[in-house]
Amino acid sequence: MSSTTDLRRTPLYERHLAAGARVVPFAGWEMPVQYVGVKEEHLAVRSAAGVFDVSHMGEIRTVGPQAAAFLQRILSNDVEKIAVGGSQYSVLCTEDGGVLDDLFTYRLADDVYLTVTNASNHAKDLAWFQRWAEGFDVTVEDAFDEFAMLAVQGPDARRITSQVLGYELPGPFRTGGAIWNDADVLVAGTGYTGEDGVELLVPPAVAPDLWDALLAAGVQPAGLGARDTLRMEACFHLYGNDLSEDRDPIGAGLGWACKEATGFVGSEAVAAARAGGSPHGEKLVPFRFTDKGIPRGGNDVVGGGTVTSGTFSPSLGIGIGLAYVPVASAEVGTPLTIDVRGRERPAEVATKPLYKRPN
Amino acid sequence: MADASYPEDLKYHPEHDWARIDGDVATFGITWFAQDALGEVVFFDAPEVGATVTKDESYAEVESVKAVSDVIAPLSGEVVEVNPALEDSPESINESSYEDGWMVKVRLSDPSQVDQLLDQAAYVASLD
Repeated sequence: MSSTTDLRRTPLYERHLAAGARVVPFAGWEMPVQYVGVKEEHLAVRSAAGVFDVSHMGEIRTVGPQAAAFLQRILSNDVEKIAVGGSQYSVLCTEDGGVLDDLFTYRLADDVYLTVTNASNHAKDLAWFQRWAEGFDVTVEDAFDEFAMLAVQGPDARRITSQVLGYELPGPFRTGGAIWNDADVLVAGTGYTGEDGVELLVPPAVAPDLWDALLAAGVQPAGLGARDTLRMEACFHLYGNDLSEDRDPIGAGLGWACKEATGFVGSEAVAAARAGGSPHGEKLVPFRFTDKGIPRGGNDVVGGGTVTSGTFSPSLGIGIGLAYVPVASAEVGTPLTIDVRGRERPAEVATKPLYKRPN
Repeated sequence: MADASYPEDLKYHPEHDWARIDGDVATFGITWFAQDALGEVVFFDAPEVGATVTKDESYAEVESVKAVSDVIAPLSGEVVEVNPALEDSPESINESSYEDGWMVKVRLSDPSQVDQLLDQAAYVASLD
């Protein structure tokens, strides 16, 4: 049993216990993995609305006349394309094209950007931002302690959140500022579930009341377990599983978020990988089992390749996952065999996303 | 999910398995405590009929959405029946861990091993 003394708690910790959560260590935090059960929470998000405490995620604020130019230098996507009130997904690359993190960046004002980091990468990302900020007229601020973050996701998420906040929500991938209980709420039309919904960044002191208001309006608390199964069905990457410094964004299927012409750090290596010179020669593909079994991260693909994420899909009722496979095996429909703890299980390369919400 | 319960007519293994003894055949399953720790079971990877199982060793796997766990044999013998309902309804392991959620029936190779198992009171005491 590992010590829990060094683990951090979000402002919602007591709320999680009150909601019956099973709390586990995750990326240095004590986080709820489930409340009533992964499957039930997952299906609540697919059919109605769920709320996730994602306050373990970090924030970096970049401010100044050269904020856009600076971010253009380190983020893989074309930062110039983000309008005020907009957002963009991008990758942070090393000079040799490895992935340091994957990030959403919100443009809050002409020269103010907020970038959301993965909990386990926040310190590394912040140091990277500060290192490359030299020579630019910008200030890079660690905003981690300024925000708690709640993700409200599902077909009913927007309607309920709008009622609770008394505020007309920004559209998908847009941001807006609401005032609730005299506090600023940054509302972003983003998420990690493949459902419609919003993410809310609020002062930590306000988070428990906002949580209570959402639950009172019928939103189901959902834990990290459901967050993981939902994101796998939607084929969203998890840093540390599907992305790492040892993998390039092209092999990871994130070429759409890389605009090498902007000259970002690592762009030469990414351009080389795109031109067919990927040092790894493998591509990340979604797959589904065609018979029994459940894949797990670390399982081998017979004949070459590795499963980096795997689970039982509550929506589809079968085993699903993401695997790096040789480029020759990456076509949709290619049969794969996954070695699940010594048992060979049949699978096939599937289209992305594995689960698509009905329109 | 049912409330915690530990029937008095069963024998228990410290790894949270139960055995219902009927002559030289025993039915195996996992306890309420085990299914509660595991969460919603979505897959039971059963042994084949005819397989040999060894006391204290894994004979099957049970998976929840998040995790996989070995199922430990409380006694040694040969599998004579596998619960066919678990293929389509693995959730029975949660909902009815001592009845519908039984896993296998085993012809015991050494019925004297039963004496090494815990009775209900001793098993319940071990959970504290």
